[in-house]
Amino acid sequence: MTELAFLLNGTPVRLSGVAPTRTLLQYLREDRGLCGTKEGCNEGDCGACTVVVSDEAGPRALNACILFLPQLQGKAVRTVEGLSGPEGQLHPVQQAMVDHHGSQCGFCTPGFCTSMAAAHAQGRQDHDVVLAGNLCRCTGYAPIIRAAEAAAAQPVPDWMQEAPPFILAQISSGPISENSGGEAPGAFHPETPDQLAEWYLENPDATLVAGATDVGLWVTKQLRALPKVAFLGGIPAMKRIETEGDMIRIGAGVSITDLRAAMAAPHPSFAAMLTRYASEQVRNAATIGGNIANGSPIGDGPPALIALGARLHLRQGAARREMALEDFFLEYRKQDRRPGEFVEAVTIPARAPGLKVYKLSKRFDQDISAVLGAFNLTVEGGVITAARIAFGGMAGTPKRARAMEAALMGQPFALAAFEAAKAACATDFAPLSDMRASAAYRLEAAGNMALRYWHEASGGAVNVLEVRA
Amino acid sequence: MSMGKPLPHDAAPLHVTGAARYTDDIPLPGDAAHLAFGLSTCAHGAITAMDLAAVRAAPGVLAVFSAEDWPEMPDCSPSLGDEPLLATGVVHYVGQPVFLVVADSHLAARKAARLGKITYEERPALLTVEAALAANSRFEAGPVVWARGDAGAAIAKAPQVIEGRFEVGGQEHFYLEGQIAAALPQEGGDMVIYASTQHPSEIQHKVAHALHLPMSAVRVEVRRMGGGFGGKESQGNHLAIACAMAARATGRPCKMRYDRDDDMVITGKRHDLTIGYRAGFDATGRILGLEFQHLIRCGWSQDLSLPVADRAMLHADNAYFLEHLRIESHRLRTNTQSNTAYRGFGGPQGVVGIERVVDHIAHVLKLDPVQVRRRNFYAEIAEGGLSAPRASGAPPEDISAKMNAGAFRAEAPGTGRRFGGAFSPKPAVQTTHYGMPVEDFCLRAMLDELERTSGYAARRAEIARWNAGSPVLKRGIALTPVKFGISFTLTWLNQAGALVHLYQDGSIRLNHGGTEMGQGLFQKVAQVAAGVFGVEVAAVKITATDTALVPNTSATAASSGSDMNGMAVQAACLTIRARLAEFMAGKFGVATDQVRFEGGEVKVAGEAFAFAQVAAWAYQARISLSATGFYATPKISWDRVKGQGRPFLYFAYGAAVTEVVIDTLTGENRILRADLLHDTGASLNPAIDIGQVEGAYVQGAGWLTTEELVWDGKGRLMTHAPSTYKIPACSDRPPVFNVALWGRENREATVGRSKAVGEPPFMLGVSALMALSDAVAACGDGSVYPALDAPATAERVLWAVQRQRGHV
Repeated sequence: MTELAFLLNGTPVRLSGVAPTRTLLQYLREDRGLCGTKEGCNEGDCGACTVVVSDEAGPRALNACILFLPQLQGKAVRTVEGLSGPEGQLHPVQQAMVDHHGSQCGFCTPGFCTSMAAAHAQGRQDHDVVLAGNLCRCTGYAPIIRAAEAAAAQPVPDWMQEAPPFILAQISSGPISENSGGEAPGAFHPETPDQLAEWYLENPDATLVAGATDVGLWVTKQLRALPKVAFLGGIPAMKRIETEGDMIRIGAGVSITDLRAAMAAPHPSFAAMLTRYASEQVRNAATIGGNIANGSPIGDGPPALIALGARLHLRQGAARREMALEDFFLEYRKQDRRPGEFVEAVTIPARAPGLKVYKLSKRFDQDISAVLGAFNLTVEGGVITAARIAFGGMAGTPKRARAMEAALMGQPFALAAFEAAKAACATDFAPLSDMRASAAYRLEAAGNMALRYWHEASGGAVNVLEVRA
Repeated sequence: MSMGKPLPHDAAPLHVTGAARYTDDIPLPGDAAHLAFGLSTCAHGAITAMDLAAVRAAPGVLAVFSAEDWPEMPDCSPSLGDEPLLATGVVHYVGQPVFLVVADSHLAARKAARLGKITYEERPALLTVEAALAANSRFEAGPVVWARGDAGAAIAKAPQVIEGRFEVGGQEHFYLEGQIAAALPQEGGDMVIYASTQHPSEIQHKVAHALHLPMSAVRVEVRRMGGGFGGKESQGNHLAIACAMAARATGRPCKMRYDRDDDMVITGKRHDLTIGYRAGFDATGRILGLEFQHLIRCGWSQDLSLPVADRAMLHADNAYFLEHLRIESHRLRTNTQSNTAYRGFGGPQGVVGIERVVDHIAHVLKLDPVQVRRRNFYAEIAEGGLSAPRASGAPPEDISAKMNAGAFRAEAPGTGRRFGGAFSPKPAVQTTHYGMPVEDFCLRAMLDELERTSGYAARRAEIARWNAGSPVLKRGIALTPVKFGISFTLTWLNQAGALVHLYQDGSIRLNHGGTEMGQGLFQKVAQVAAGVFGVEVAAVKITATDTALVPNTSATAASSGSDMNGMAVQAACLTIRARLAEFMAGKFGVATDQVRFEGGEVKVAGEAFAFAQVAAWAYQARISLSATGFYATPKISWDRVKGQGRPFLYFAYGAAVTEVVIDTLTGENRILRADLLHDTGASLNPAIDIGQVEGAYVQGAGWLTTEELVWDGKGRLMTHAPSTYKIPACSDRPPVFNVALWGRENREATVGRSKAVGEPPFMLGVSALMALSDAVAACGDGSVYPALDAPATAERVLWAVQRQRGHV
């Protein structure tokens, strides 16, 4: 790619020679002097760098610190400086933050305002979900939520309307052109799976970047150079969710946000867990394909998908193959993926009424799981006739709990069976201790998730999130 | 009158538009260089070889410095002089700066800093307090011991005795803006420093020392910090000194900011400690004798650890009169980050110790812990001592309709005196274990109020019923008080200066020694200034803290910012106002006290003139319209060796009720509701004070629940980023969150009779830990005390539940 074009606070920007791993945050602060966007952690965990990015999917919040400039192709970016109106009128969320004392030190405030503005434009009222990815150390959040509630009643300002036709018209007419990085290596921007397949086969050493929520950290934290990159954000065919008979096919490029929405009806427990998957900003960027291909031993998506009986679709050039998702994960950070092969889609059953997904982390929101347990049981006539159980955080890969499944299979649906399943957990897993949890705790809590399943199915109160004072 | 109004933060419109300028946002000349440290990867060892060739050869690198280059290594310590800027021969923790890279960009400096090859001869590393104690690795010759009465004898005679030992974790500040400084070389070798620091005079002092300059040749400017919490009291020294040294060496402006992971690995945190206790008590819960042992992990250098450990001892009583008390404090030197100031400065560690003891006693006696708390409270003074209900002025306006109705300000009690509970106060003033009279105790009345507004008793009963029918989830509730001493324990720090200019157009430019880190200090002080002149706050220009304008400032710390700087500013403004009054009195032939300043006007002899008009006249009459102000906190004296005296001008009080729920299968837990009642005297700005109380509570609860620092066996901090270190997120705040201010005037003559607010409410978060303890206790038969360590992560809660059920 030779030129990159996007809208920045309503003004067209054209860049050439962009280094593919230059982040939007670096560009804003260093090249444009737009210092309202802050660097708090440089890894997408604090939200101080949040910007609003709009495209055909509408406006959404993203972390600028792990957003590479080429990912913005054809999109509209609004920073905190762009939330106010042309005459300097404050955006409703900005005014509410002033009125309700939502800022103290003010460093996180631009990120809160942009997150709130994105949600405001979407008509969202689930403020705790919207703001889970914005950390504030001063206020204790209460005044920020008051502000968000107050602003919700106000209309979306005219200047925040950025529909795709407008973006394209502006970009194409834009006169501005900057050379921002000199001789930078090119990055590949496929528009179809076929283009990607062909290119990747020829460039198997390249890095595929979808949402960059993990690759971003390779660059910002590990300071790795990525000599060859393909950006997958412009492949509409990989962003589709399609129901095929009693199966749902999810394209690898589907964002976690879109997956969460799609799972709400068929698999509500999965969708509820996805609400606690990272944060709004990360879910907006991250894709299910990236979540799988990354091969994290924890990655919240795969254990749930394995429990659902997901089939993985891989593609290498023109060749396609599929496998049970659990078979893809060979050992720690090693997957059954051939050179030049990529994840194209995953399919799951449309029905799994016995699915429960339990996430256990030190902090409820925006935390990496210590244990992620997914239980998919079928009970017929009071007897457990099918059991698929998978865990994250318990081994070097997301892994099925075969002994726990065996302990349940064919048993009456009663506490005794689940106690046996708990006991079998130690046969399935020998987890590690790390900064998130000890091995003993992981084992105990994972086993107890089986008991939770029984208590929940029996109508007992098991979810601390549902208790009110 | 501007004082007492719930005005927004002065910079709020700048915050929300991204226009508020932080240190990294200040444009520097185009040739500015950027710095990064190369860090030790060894917890303790001698450097046997250092190969920096690859660092020097890396793209963009301008210079590289190590101990070889600077034989006289600058020191960064705020106390003992034991912190060389770069390691000199020996490294003392993983993360210690070993070499300094100067490059043409931040990224280039960071990349190059990773290329150093350092070889160490490893030495045994002391990572825990137990290891340090065994090796007698400590600051000072031995433990500090303060005692009143004979705790050992009292415990021996007591009807019942408990013993315990628990761990209290540290806490990462996690200011959203990381450490940063910049140095700009000036003519004649002078240096200008921009820094994110709570202590500009310390930066000035240390930079001057490093450069062999008089302090007058170094100017430090701080407009605002993106959070401090104590983490920017001394921890910014390294960056400012590094920038100054590199700027002198290269002649270029130099800027240094830590990447978040570096920040967390390099800088000190709240002191973690192990608290041992032995208490004797009677059947009513009255504590007869109590012994504490504090094993405090100070880290590798002294930094501020001694006064922090002192303050932990000073708050070992919290709100309780302890006639026979012995505290033994070990300040242990370990091969870890040098722990430092953090909101409360040791006070929270002292408070959590005694609250644990009270909770334990109540569990043994099967009493409501609130009864035991009341049983041991200090006496309230019958007449004259109790803070009177606020007499003058209407209550401040409501902040907004959204703020919880009725939660804004507690009602004044109907009666002047309240002595709830069974224990009647003695007629004489009781003193603390360090000999300070407790003259302003008001917690009985505050508990009366809070128990009523929170519905404590009824909820406690309801929770017990609910728990009986809920096998998996259990709820718990706790009420804890706080009494916190206000003043620096190092007496000479209790001083502040101000500089106020009145211009001929009536505008006022305000400067003082305090720094703004989000706490609203500048706005509160501006309200004081506006009040003196009777003008709108908008007429007062707030300006950056600048060592060239007000010299010899103390750190903005110890909650003292508005108390001290407010008084200094008030003094300066009163000086100017007196000159104006004298001038106007002379002009109109009336007595000086007949001139009044209000509503933006000066009223004299039945006429009213615009304040700006009067300023212009005074200027034309050649009257000085600039003044300094100064304040030295009265009454205080302190002998830290003996542990005797009056270290504090007064105490600030508060109390909190927290309700939680736990999952007995996983230990997961949530705060369900918090009711806070806090004493900020006659608040200078109730909106800002409420914000401080709310924020402090959440931060305090975070300390004791999810914020877990983990080191591995090699002394490497494993939780060095927000991905692994979990401060409270939005949904962690209590979903029901009622916050009220007590609203009685300070009995001491503070500015506007207000009280300090920065630190005291942090300890309201202790109620969250005690509520978790209560919920855990609900899993057992009352025979096993929950004995929760802090932070009470899900894992610790689960193990505590299992101990209740006999599974461990």
